[in-house]
Amino acid sequence: MKTYDAIIVGAGHNGLTTAAFLAKAGLDVVCVEKNDYIGGAAVSRNLYEDWMYSNCSYVCSLLRPEIYRALELHKHGLQVTPYGGSVTFMENGDYFGSYHDPEVAYREMARFSQHDADAYERYSADTMRQCRFIRDFLLRTPPDPTSFKPKDIKELIAIGNKFMEMGEDRMYETIRFWTMSVAEYLDEYFETDVIKAAMSGSGIIGTALGIHSPGTAYVLLHHYMGDVDGNVGTWGFARGGMGAVSNSIAGAFQAYGGELRTEAGVAQIIVNNGRTTGVVLENGDEISARVVVSAMDVKRTFLKCMERSDLPESFYKRVENFKIRGSSGKLNIALDGMPTFPALPEGSSLYISDMHFIDSMERMERAYDDWKDGTWSKDPYIDMTIPTAVDPTMAPPGKHFMSCFVQYCPYKLEGRDWTDPEREEFAKSVIEQIANYSPDFKELILHYEIRTPQDIEDEIGITEGNIFHGELTMDQLLFNRPVPGYAQYRAPVAGLYMCGSSVHPGGGVMAAPGANAAREILADLKRPNTVPENFGDD
Amino acid sequence: MSIAEVPQGRLRSPFYSRISAADTVNQWHEWKGYSSADALYCEDTEYFAIRNATAVFDLTPMTKYRITGPDAPEYINRLVTRDMNRIKTGRVAYAVWCDDRGQVIDDGTIFHLKEGEYRLCSQERHFAWLQTAAIGFDVSIVLETEDIAALAVQGPTSFTVLSTMGLNGLEDLKPFGLMNFDFDGADLMVSRTGFTGDLGYELWIEPGKAELLWDALFEAGKLHGIRAMGTNALELARIEAGYLAAYQDFLPADATMRAGRTRSPLELGLGWLVDFKKPNFNGRRALAEEKRRGSAWRLVKLDIEGNKPAHHSYIFAKEKGNKSEIGFITSAAWSPVCKQNIAIGTVRTPHGAVGSTVWVEVFYQREMHWSRAMAQATVVDKPFWFPPRRSATPPGRY
Repeated sequence: MKTYDAIIVGAGHNGLTTAAFLAKAGLDVVCVEKNDYIGGAAVSRNLYEDWMYSNCSYVCSLLRPEIYRALELHKHGLQVTPYGGSVTFMENGDYFGSYHDPEVAYREMARFSQHDADAYERYSADTMRQCRFIRDFLLRTPPDPTSFKPKDIKELIAIGNKFMEMGEDRMYETIRFWTMSVAEYLDEYFETDVIKAAMSGSGIIGTALGIHSPGTAYVLLHHYMGDVDGNVGTWGFARGGMGAVSNSIAGAFQAYGGELRTEAGVAQIIVNNGRTTGVVLENGDEISARVVVSAMDVKRTFLKCMERSDLPESFYKRVENFKIRGSSGKLNIALDGMPTFPALPEGSSLYISDMHFIDSMERMERAYDDWKDGTWSKDPYIDMTIPTAVDPTMAPPGKHFMSCFVQYCPYKLEGRDWTDPEREEFAKSVIEQIANYSPDFKELILHYEIRTPQDIEDEIGITEGNIFHGELTMDQLLFNRPVPGYAQYRAPVAGLYMCGSSVHPGGGVMAAPGANAAREILADLKRPNTVPENFGDD
Repeated sequence: MSIAEVPQGRLRSPFYSRISAADTVNQWHEWKGYSSADALYCEDTEYFAIRNATAVFDLTPMTKYRITGPDAPEYINRLVTRDMNRIKTGRVAYAVWCDDRGQVIDDGTIFHLKEGEYRLCSQERHFAWLQTAAIGFDVSIVLETEDIAALAVQGPTSFTVLSTMGLNGLEDLKPFGLMNFDFDGADLMVSRTGFTGDLGYELWIEPGKAELLWDALFEAGKLHGIRAMGTNALELARIEAGYLAAYQDFLPADATMRAGRTRSPLELGLGWLVDFKKPNFNGRRALAEEKRRGSAWRLVKLDIEGNKPAHHSYIFAKEKGNKSEIGFITSAAWSPVCKQNIAIGTVRTPHGAVGSTVWVEVFYQREMHWSRAMAQATVVDKPFWFPPRRSATPPGRY
């Protein structure tokens, strides 16, 4: 039987990224995927006539440009188009827009509050200061603070220096920032409810916490730290849907000689004498390799695909306790035309933006209350985009695809499985929410796909359908991600590695976990590094 | 006798009414006497319209000459360095023309409209030179800049937009080909040319029909992401396509004072446009001599590490352990579509061979303070952006 240098389990964007960098270094790599299509949660699916659905992830900003460049993804069909801004529709018929042009954005804020418009500059500098701090560490392996290895000490000093560089007052602020709630953070700058509500959404997306929960300020940062072409905080659409990201990385991987196998789900990671030697597929086939890399989340990897006896007990326990809770769902809709939003001026640039429908902090928190009660938000927070407003490839001319990210949506309803009527009720709550602001919306709906956390888990494999493979709170970040002592991509079994979003720097279509894992694997195998370094902002 | 005063201030192109109506940012510059927009909504949006949908650019101010007469083919062939006999009727050629010393006066496109009838388009104005070069030829050279309204329609949905507008048969048009259509009783010429390196066309029509054409185009394009664009977006696209700009990447030889500041086609990476098999063309002797002795300069396309654009940077080479200055950057950009830090520059030979490594000194400012980085760069030979759709015939729908 052939022995590969490496098997990558899961052809999501991170698995493919690891695969591509290993293949680029000349390794013999096979990437196996349980579904009959690749991409994991960065995928474009043809689910209705000529429509392509970005049916999981839907916008792109975090994808590291260093990786984009190193793998020459543009030659494999990737193109990311930034979009304007965002809009929050208000119950009183008004709206609050945010715009690409800073002066227009200023005027819009001043329409609500001169104070907030002026405060935005300080808010922006403070938030960007935190972005600057974290961005440098995205393409680096977190140091182990208990280790005396020169590499760890060097990295710890690097973090320390970067921290000291901020200046004394900023150090206090930073610690507060990393632990405080997004609501408290925004209260320090703004007075207008709708402005705070509009900004607070980034603090809870993908997280089973409310805007008043400690730790959500950092989640906001996670949504700000990306960039499109150096514009930090800007988001874009991948041309052809998010599958273009995975497909282009797969294209690079195959160009480097890598092998892709679909419909090849892994049943078991084989361990002999504390070392992995390969995997057993669901169909019983065995593939052997010197290295196995799991792009699955840590719970699925260690609790579902391994023998408990092959793992250290405390590690196993910590993986069990890793927070990876289902908190969001999706509704993906094919539309017969562009819905109109009477609040917006005709031809407004805000039609090309992400749209939201909760205009107060009170409503934001109430949405979370429903989740705590074990049900979906009856007044849901929706992050809605219409990528076909700029992308001519995803729907026929004049027709549109609408992606609705919906929060909150629990994995189980009061502890039991979803029923079909309940799934429809969930969809209805989303449709009604949008229809409140767009009278012609409902009649334009041609088809929709409902995605509860349960659906996402069943199809993609992510535990509880958590978009980040584990929540992004301080206890689960940096050297604590996924569990203390195992943040450097190595599992407690020789030859086994983790490269999914459960490891540093976490979720989103960033490809950084995949790249970082590849760098560590290449170092262990004493192969030349193919993973690029951070460009650096300074 | 009444003498008309020459027009004062900036001229307005026949599309001005439509462009100013689309304009939201009020940023204009002057282009050969005309008002031309830097941007209309947002530079980024316009740039991405080129790469993602369709962007429309008013290129009316481009200098245009009609060259006709019995000797026109022979004249054109002597004027430019490439073999124009190979450019059949209905085809377009990119070309350069040189002074006697083999230094580039300008580059441009030559449209072989009908048998023996040409249009020459260039950035700069060359009537005097064209006439001087015509001595002894039976040709007529007519300036027609104001007589032709022209639009560039560029981007992946441009074919779809033009088909929707009713241009039947356009699917057969190959790159650098041209076709004529009837548009409201007027002749509409469409060439598959452009300055963006993407799928795209240029439309040529009499000024009286300009507004009608614009309206028809935007009506046809409304479901295909059509947008008007300004010069800033085009400038970024042309650097990605690796095209040269006069007064930026080279100087017109006849308008340059200092010795050594002009360039030959060989020095601009345009050797493929110089056909020494032709018995005679302007600058031939000097260029043959340069080819024998070697050129002094070489144009380089650079893929630079990092993400900080290398505007106005010096280029260095490592020699005997030291870095010595060998040239400078003439155009630079961060390429949003390639996610590459790209530049065009000029270096002294023998430096700058394709595949070689050079260093670029990048200065950048962050919150008042300046920093300097020595970034490694690789010399590449292909355009940075060359998507398959650019040359596919028939073109795709998006």
